[in-house]
Amino acid sequence: MLSLSSVDLAIIVLYFIAVLGIGFYLKRYTKTGEDFFLAGREMTAWVAGLSFLAANLGSLELMGWAGSAYQYGILAAHWYWVGAIPAMLFLAIVMIPFYYISKTHSVPGYLSLRYGEPARALSAISFGFMTVLMSGINMYAMALVLKVVLGWDIYFSIWVSSITVALYVGLGGLLSAIFNEVLQFVLIWLGALLISIIGLVEAGGWSGMVARIHANFPDQNFTHLWGPIGSFTTNPMGIHWVAIVFGLGVFISMGYWTTDFLVVQRVISAKDLRAAKLAPIIGAAFKMCVPFIVILPGLLGLAVLDSPGHHFLVPEDAVTEALKHGKVLHSFNEVLPIMLARYCGPGLMGLGITALIAGFMSGMAGNVSAFATVWTYDIYRAMFRKNATDAHYVSVGRWCTILGVLVSIGTAYLVMHFKSIMDYVQALFSFFIAPLFATVLLGMLWKRATPKGGFWGLLAGTASSIGMYVWVLKVPSALRYIALSPNAKDMAENMFRALWSGLICAVVTVVVSLLTKPKPESELVGLVYGCTEIPSEGNLPVYQRPIFWAGVVALVFVVIQVIFW
Amino acid sequence: MQRSDMISIWFFIGALLLIYGVLICGAGIYDLVSPSAAAVARAEANLHWDGVDSLHPGIWWGGLLIIMGAIYTYKFAPRKGN
Repeated sequence: MLSLSSVDLAIIVLYFIAVLGIGFYLKRYTKTGEDFFLAGREMTAWVAGLSFLAANLGSLELMGWAGSAYQYGILAAHWYWVGAIPAMLFLAIVMIPFYYISKTHSVPGYLSLRYGEPARALSAISFGFMTVLMSGINMYAMALVLKVVLGWDIYFSIWVSSITVALYVGLGGLLSAIFNEVLQFVLIWLGALLISIIGLVEAGGWSGMVARIHANFPDQNFTHLWGPIGSFTTNPMGIHWVAIVFGLGVFISMGYWTTDFLVVQRVISAKDLRAAKLAPIIGAAFKMCVPFIVILPGLLGLAVLDSPGHHFLVPEDAVTEALKHGKVLHSFNEVLPIMLARYCGPGLMGLGITALIAGFMSGMAGNVSAFATVWTYDIYRAMFRKNATDAHYVSVGRWCTILGVLVSIGTAYLVMHFKSIMDYVQALFSFFIAPLFATVLLGMLWKRATPKGGFWGLLAGTASSIGMYVWVLKVPSALRYIALSPNAKDMAENMFRALWSGLICAVVTVVVSLLTKPKPESELVGLVYGCTEIPSEGNLPVYQRPIFWAGVVALVFVVIQVIFW
Repeated sequence: MQRSDMISIWFFIGALLLIYGVLICGAGIYDLVSPSAAAVARAEANLHWDGVDSLHPGIWWGGLLIIMGAIYTYKFAPRKGN
């Protein structure tokens, strides 16, 4: 455990003053619902793009994926590359025009326009549920860092950080959340980057690190991305490339990055359609670099913390078991703060801790601002009070922010009972996100999809996903049917469950749509491909067009896959 | 990004980085001239890598923050008529 110097404490306190100050400053600019819930739709591509990424880059991402990299090796980077980049580019080029032109306030709002109220209600309620749970996960991850590194009381950390988020989001709405997310994005990079740089110096560069890992674990392949996943048994994750490409790359990733309102909200706050299309492309470019500050520290841990055949860090349940015998061990999820303590002295330690706190706050602010919007527009206004004034809805949004934070604090306790944070998140995604992607995509690209098809498809996909989860929980041997192999591990099960639930949703949507009456085309204008006129970019030079930059990012993505194959 | 009378977020970022840079660089220089104090603080980490002491990361990382912070603070400072 580390004690902080006065410089470290000053850096942390200054951070809290800055985020609260920004919240108070921006309150004067958030008067209408459009200001509070969509930041006035005035964001530039850069601000929307960085905020789009920062909302996802919570402490859960930082801690959880660094821990997963220590546990599974470079395979964890799939969640940043094939599990993000194609989906972000698809969002930018194919889906953003419909979100933007329809002028919807939210993803459930789009479903309401496209499929009607039942689909909106189902989506809004499941999103609200998922959001507060995610927020609780973020809180747990954050409190864990502060407990491990500083010995701070877990409840003190949760309450101080949560109240700060509630204040600045409650005051300035999405505008304040976005501004702070950009600040937090910069701090996360500056605080975490140093770990990787000094770690590479200690390990003797990339090749030195790889050599050390191979020396420590000669029977395991921790440093190749695609080579070891031809079989369930040849990689530490127990996963197969089919699950990575189709479960993660198609349904989980496309579902998350294109329909999770937490991230989509940042993009539709852009000032015009071109900025909205460029924002996810900018986000994708930075997302490709995030493994440098998240995955690399995990790999460095394998190289410099471990000894031949022996992991220094252990699974969460082993930590709990050891504590019963009075022995203190550290879990996989603590690799990032441990590496921070290894390299950072006074001042830099404060910056590193600030980066982790910033990550927590950006993730939590993303969750509560999205929750406040969906609750206010898609549940409260749609179901309880349709015709109130704009000021009334802003007031409801402010109270929802506080309520969302309080409910999140409650759910943080739930999270403590799960052995692996990331497996739990993937389970949640496969429940709600994978089916939603199939519903939204069919709605945008297929005119024949009907309101009944959309609703029953979404319901069938979500119910089947939860059903498969419960089935494997009660009958572990059922794993061979869900994940196609008895050797599959938790991650593989989540990916396959997402794949099946997405396919079930799509099949039910298509079958029910073909049996029911479609909407007239006049009601699909601005919502569906073929009925919507997309503004031309023909007058712009090539280098200013989103499609050009999407191509550049896609090319770099392919090169990275080949390099780390 | 914002209304004409609104201070740019990049200004806030620049100002914070500038202050952080001064604090971190100052702590790094103090670390250099008074290494025993730093050693005590770091020894508490148990997992500390000794090689990092010769790299003086606080000085050059703090210096980098000062440069970045100064550029952003100057470039995006609120000015009359802007």
